Amino acid sequence: MKIVVGLLLVVEVYPLIWMFLTSLKSNSDYLNNSTWSLPSHWEWGNYVDAWTTGHIGLYVRNSLLAVVPSLALILLLGTAAGFALQIMVWKGRSLTLLVFLAGMMVPSQMILLPLFTVYFQTGLSGTLWPLILTYTGTGLPLTVFMMATYYKSLPRELFEAATIDGAGILRSFWTISLPMVRNALLTVGLVQFFFIWNDLLIALTFTNSQDLRTVQVGLLNFTGDFGATQYGPLFAAICINVFGTLVIYLFLNQKVMKGLTSGAVKG
Amino acid sequence: MHRVLGDRRAIAILLGPALLVYSLIMLVPMVWSLGYSFTKGNTIDGFTGNGLANFSRLFSDPAVHDALWFTLKYAVAVTVGQVVAGYLLALLYVFFLKRASALVRTLVFFPVVLPTVAVGLLFQRFFQVAPQTGPVNSLLNAVGLDSIDFFGGAGHAFWVLIIMDIWRSMGFYAVLLFAGLVDIPDEVLESARLDGASGLRLIRHIVLPLSLPVLMSSLIFSVNGTLKVFDSIVALTNGGPGNGTTPLTLYMFQTSFTYGDYGYGSTIALLLTVVCLLVTLVVFRVSRRDLTES
Repeated sequence: MKIVVGLLLVVEVYPLIWMFLTSLKSNSDYLNNSTWSLPSHWEWGNYVDAWTTGHIGLYVRNSLLAVVPSLALILLLGTAAGFALQIMVWKGRSLTLLVFLAGMMVPSQMILLPLFTVYFQTGLSGTLWPLILTYTGTGLPLTVFMMATYYKSLPRELFEAATIDGAGILRSFWTISLPMVRNALLTVGLVQFFFIWNDLLIALTFTNSQDLRTVQVGLLNFTGDFGATQYGPLFAAICINVFGTLVIYLFLNQKVMKGLTSGAVKG
Repeated sequence: MHRVLGDRRAIAILLGPALLVYSLIMLVPMVWSLGYSFTKGNTIDGFTGNGLANFSRLFSDPAVHDALWFTLKYAVAVTVGQVVAGYLLALLYVFFLKRASALVRTLVFFPVVLPTVAVGLLFQRFFQVAPQTGPVNSLLNAVGLDSIDFFGGAGHAFWVLIIMDIWRSMGFYAVLLFAGLVDIPDEVLESARLDGASGLRLIRHIVLPLSLPVLMSSLIFSVNGTLKVFDSIVALTNGGPGNGTTPLTLYMFQTSFTYGDYGYGSTIALLLTVVCLLVTLVVFRVSRRDLTES
């Protein structure tokens, strides 16, 4: 059993170590020496090349400009909707929740072409707005559902009591319920962050110029930009992406795991 | 009191924006896309109606048959692979590593959050033969076997894809199923042990039936995700060699954006949606029946 666990860890971790070591090799080093060997001389310049000549810096900026507003909108709209669907009492709320849920099953391919047409005709195509809008729309089903589930654990009496004390329901939502679901917000936010940051399909469809590329689209076209021969900078670019993600994960791994699984069990 | 929690204006303010965005970005385009499948053309050249032509083309198009077959083959292989690997890992966490499993769980979960494009590019180099022999082929050479050109034929490329996607996702299913196993009460396991059940028999007769619900949700989740596979294929093989590893999602994308045929692209998207709904329903029905029987 110990051997199994050891083997497992090697299989999980070795590719990442190999990638890191390769990112520090010069091209001739990569092509001529054994794939197992250490870099014969540590080529840190690969990272500089990836960041500047490879435009990874620009792509990171684009990704941030698309992800941050989307994330803010998803959380704000999703939490408010979750509150209205779980805490408030009205006819048709379970049906509305079901309509949101249906969005999780439908493949994104089904909405790409109409959206492309609309963005093209409204002149949004040359901006990052198509990404922000699409991410917000596609992120809502899971978020609404998860927030509604979290609100289920808060007793409705809490909000009734707040009303007796003179708070309006919107005020209760903002000042009482939000602090109580703070943890949930972090968890859902993290999950959505990873989804949006790692998205390829939507970014590939709606970014038509190099200036708008996100990290994932940029990485995919990286070889093309550089010519097929620059392995060091390519691996440096992959490393920047992978290790950036890993740092966030390592700091918050319990929340990430919990969020992804609770999203899955119910999804 | 119910007047306050049923305040229509407040409900509209809270729910309205989300519902509006969701409708505009998802619901309306879904119906719209359905309308596109009766047309020919694209945004730039304009659309013209062509009746049911796209649907008859869909049924006779060999590329659609190949893509559908590939999608199903891939979905079955990866679903089985990731759920079985995840379950074995979860058993390992619960029964062998016990309290010490946190570190292993964290490490095995690593790849789940990694960008698929990055993982795809990494695996491309990991399995390559030229210009440099990648680690996998070096390993084959070291034990006396010949190098394999993994991306030269659809058969090998398929297996690299499967290995990569199971590698990427098994940690996720492990944690998911681990959560289900931890929920099994200790007394149940203890009394089964006292009755003489141990090892495989304990797992077969006690643990497996009790974790069936969470296994089934993993299955539904997994099938739903694998039928929509796109990123990992684009990054690893881009559908090649030829169109040997092209699933419906990628064929739809190529039809729409490489060949500019939005009408037919929408028809393929519709087929994909129908397949997703059907498969999910079937898995759901079967799992319901299993659960009520046991």
